[in-house]
Amino acid sequence: MTAHMPASAAACPGCLATPMEPAAETPKDARIALSLPTIHCQACISAVENGLAAHPGVHSARVNLTLKRVMVDAEPALTAPDLVDVLAGLGYEAHELDTGALRATETDRTGRDLLMRLAVAGFASMNVMLLSVSVWAGAGEATRDLFHWISAAITIPTIAFSARPFFRNAWAALSVRRLNMDVPITLAILLALVTSLWETALSGQHAYFDAALTLTFFLLIGRYLDHRTRAVARSAAEELAALEVPRASLVTETGERDIPVAELAVGDLIRVRPGGRMPVDGVITEGRSELDRSLLTGETLPVFAEPGRAASAGEVNLTGPLTIRASAVGQDTSLHRMADLVAIAESGRSRYTSLADQAAKLYAPGVHILAALAFVGWYVYSFDLRTALNIAAAVLIITCPCALGLAVPAVTTAASGRLFRRGLLIKHATALERLAEVDTVVFDKTGTLTEGTPELTNLHEFQPQTLAVAFALARGSSHPLSMSIAEAAQAIGTAPAQLQDIAEVPGYGTEATWQGRRVRLGRASWVGAEQGDQTAAYLSVGDGAAPQAFRFTDALRVGAEQAVQKLQAQSKHVLLISGDNTKPVEILATRLGIADWQAEALPEDKAARIAELTEQGRRVLMVGDGLNDTAALTAAHVSISPASALDAARVASDIVLLGRDLTPIAESCVTAKRGTKRIRENFQIATFYNIMAVPLAAAGYATPLIAALAMSISSIIVSLNALRLK
Amino acid sequence: MLVLSWLIPISLFLGGLGLAAFIYTVRSNQYDDPEGDARRILSDEWDHHPKP
Repeated sequence: MTAHMPASAAACPGCLATPMEPAAETPKDARIALSLPTIHCQACISAVENGLAAHPGVHSARVNLTLKRVMVDAEPALTAPDLVDVLAGLGYEAHELDTGALRATETDRTGRDLLMRLAVAGFASMNVMLLSVSVWAGAGEATRDLFHWISAAITIPTIAFSARPFFRNAWAALSVRRLNMDVPITLAILLALVTSLWETALSGQHAYFDAALTLTFFLLIGRYLDHRTRAVARSAAEELAALEVPRASLVTETGERDIPVAELAVGDLIRVRPGGRMPVDGVITEGRSELDRSLLTGETLPVFAEPGRAASAGEVNLTGPLTIRASAVGQDTSLHRMADLVAIAESGRSRYTSLADQAAKLYAPGVHILAALAFVGWYVYSFDLRTALNIAAAVLIITCPCALGLAVPAVTTAASGRLFRRGLLIKHATALERLAEVDTVVFDKTGTLTEGTPELTNLHEFQPQTLAVAFALARGSSHPLSMSIAEAAQAIGTAPAQLQDIAEVPGYGTEATWQGRRVRLGRASWVGAEQGDQTAAYLSVGDGAAPQAFRFTDALRVGAEQAVQKLQAQSKHVLLISGDNTKPVEILATRLGIADWQAEALPEDKAARIAELTEQGRRVLMVGDGLNDTAALTAAHVSISPASALDAARVASDIVLLGRDLTPIAESCVTAKRGTKRIRENFQIATFYNIMAVPLAAAGYATPLIAALAMSISSIIVSLNALRLK
Repeated sequence: MLVLSWLIPISLFLGGLGLAAFIYTVRSNQYDDPEGDARRILSDEWDHHPKP
C-alpha cells in the first residue's frame, strides 16, 4: 500500500519530484513473461536485463522488481525454456508465466481510473478549502460572493467527474428499487451542491462546496484502498494460475510435438513422461507405470497403470512413460464431474452478509428519514423553503458515511497486508470476517497436513547388507518411494552394494543381479509378497527368503503440529477427513492429537459432513488441496487451500496459503478476529459521532465550518483506529 | 483586494500544473514498478548517457 498513494497534487508543484525520463514502457509485444522469485536488488536488475539482452534473438527485456517479473520481447523462434536456461546460468531461478492469464493484471483500468478521480478531487478540494477558510475567517460580502462563485466553478466540473462512481452505483441500486450506501452519498453531494448554488445566487452566508468535495475525496480514498486490496489478491492469484503453463506432448505420425493443453482434441495420442501430470482424461494405450492419485482421491498408495486402464486429468505418472488416448478434454475432464457436486454445495451455503452491508441496511433508510424529518420540521416551523433545504443538506452531509466508507476498507487493507506478509492471500472480500467466526476446523490429510512425499518409517529393522542392496536398487529409480529409501539410506551412511544389470521395470519396480542372485525392489505382487494396507515397497533378495517390506508414512507438512495445537488451544474443534485408507489416517490423527477423524471419505461424504456440521450451527473452516476437496471447500463457511493445490481447489477456496508452512492458519484466525473487532469499533465510533452531530445539524447550528471539522476528524479517527491492528 | 484577481488564477494555475504532472506520471506507467525504479536510480550504468 506504500508507493501508490497519489502525490498531493496541491498548490505546490515544486514539491512534486520533477518527472524524470518517463519510465521505459514494458515492451509492447512482449511475448514471454518470466517469474523471478529470487531477485531483490539493483544488481539483480542489471544482471538479468543485460544477461537477457546479450542473448541472441532478444530485442529487449524489462524487469519489474515490485512484481518480481521480467517481460521479454524476442524473436518468435525463442521460447521461454531457452530463457529460463539463460537465467539459470546467471544464477537466477525463473519460471514461465502464462501471458494470457496475466493480461488482466497488466491493464488495471479501474484502479487507474479511481486514482485519476481521486487526484482531481484532491486538487479541487484543497483549492476550495483555501477559499472557504478565508470565508470562515470573515471575508467581506463582495469577497465572500466572489469566493463562492469561484468555488462553484471549481466544484461543479470536479463533482461531475470525480463522483461518477457513486452516481453510477446509486443509479444501479435505485433502478432495481433498492438502497445502498451510495444512495445517501449521492443525495448528500447533489443536495449540498444545489443548496450551495442557491445560497450563492442569493449572496447567502453558508455554502457547502468544500464539504461536497471533501466528502467525495475521503470516500474515494476508501474506494481506492478497497480496490487495491482486491487487485493485489487478484494479481497474486492470477500469478499462481499463470505459473502452471499447461502443455502436453502430442504424438503424431511425424513425431512428438509440445502443444498447449487447450489445443488438444478427443482422440489425440498424448505422451506423459514419468513425473508428469495427466493433462486430460484418457485411456492408456501404451506403456506400464504407476499413477499417484492423491490429488484426486486423497489416497497415497500409487495404483498400477497398464494399457486399457483409464487415467484422469490431475494424476501424476510415476515410473514409466505412458501414451494415452484422450477421451475428454478441457472443461469435460474429471473437473467436470466435480462441478455438479460443487454446484450442490454452493446452493446449500448460506449467503453471508458483510458487516458493511448490515450497517448500510440500517444506515441508508435512517439517514433519509432523518433528513426528511429535519426538512419537514423546519418547513412547517418557518415556511421558509430555503432554510429547510439548507438544514436538510447539513443533516445529510453531517451523517454522510465518511467514517463508514473508510472504516471497513481501512481495516481490511491493514489486515490483508499483514496476513499477506505471513503468506496468506485473502481472495474473497468477506473472507476475513467469515474467518473470524470460525469455531470448527476440518483438515484434509494428503497434501494438506502432509507433504504428499513418503518418509521411511522402519529403517532400523533392516540388516546393513539388506539396506545396501535396497539402496543400490533404489538409487537407479526416480519413483518417490525409491527416492525416499535412497535418501534415508544415504543419511545413515550406507554404502551401496555392488549390483549387475540394474533394470527398472516400469509399473513394477527395479531388479538386478547381486552375487549371482536375482534381487527385486518394487510392488508386492511382483516381488511375491502380501500387500499390506500401508504404503510400502518390498525387497526380495532371492534364495527363497521372505520379501521384506519398507513401510512409509507421509511426511508431515512443516508447522502442521503447531497449527493443530494452536487451533485446539483457541478451543476450536479440529477434525480430519481424508479419502485415504483407515490405517494411515488413524496414525496421523493420533500423532497430531486429533480425536475426531474419518477415513475413506468420498468427495460427497466430505461435503455432506460439512453440511451436517453447518446445520448444527457450527462455522466450519475447511483446509484442503485436492480435487476431492473442492465440494467441501465450497460448502464450508470459509476455506483455505495451499498454493500447491490443484487449480480447481484454489479457485474454490477463499484464502490461499502461499508458503509451505501451516502455522499461519492459526495466527490468521486471531488476526481476522482482531480485524473484525476493529471494524465494529469503527462503526461504534461513527455511530457515536452521528449521535453527537445530528442534533446540532437538525437544530440548524451546523455551519459549513463545523461540518468540515466533524467530517475530517471522524475520518482521521477511524483510519488511525484501523492502523492500530497488529 | 485587487491582488486577488492575480493570486487566485495563479494558485489555480500552479495547482493545475501539479495535477497535470500527476496525471502524466499515471499515464506513463510510472507507478507500475515503484520498488524497481527506486533501485534503478542507484545504478551508475546510464549516468553518462541516457538509455537508448
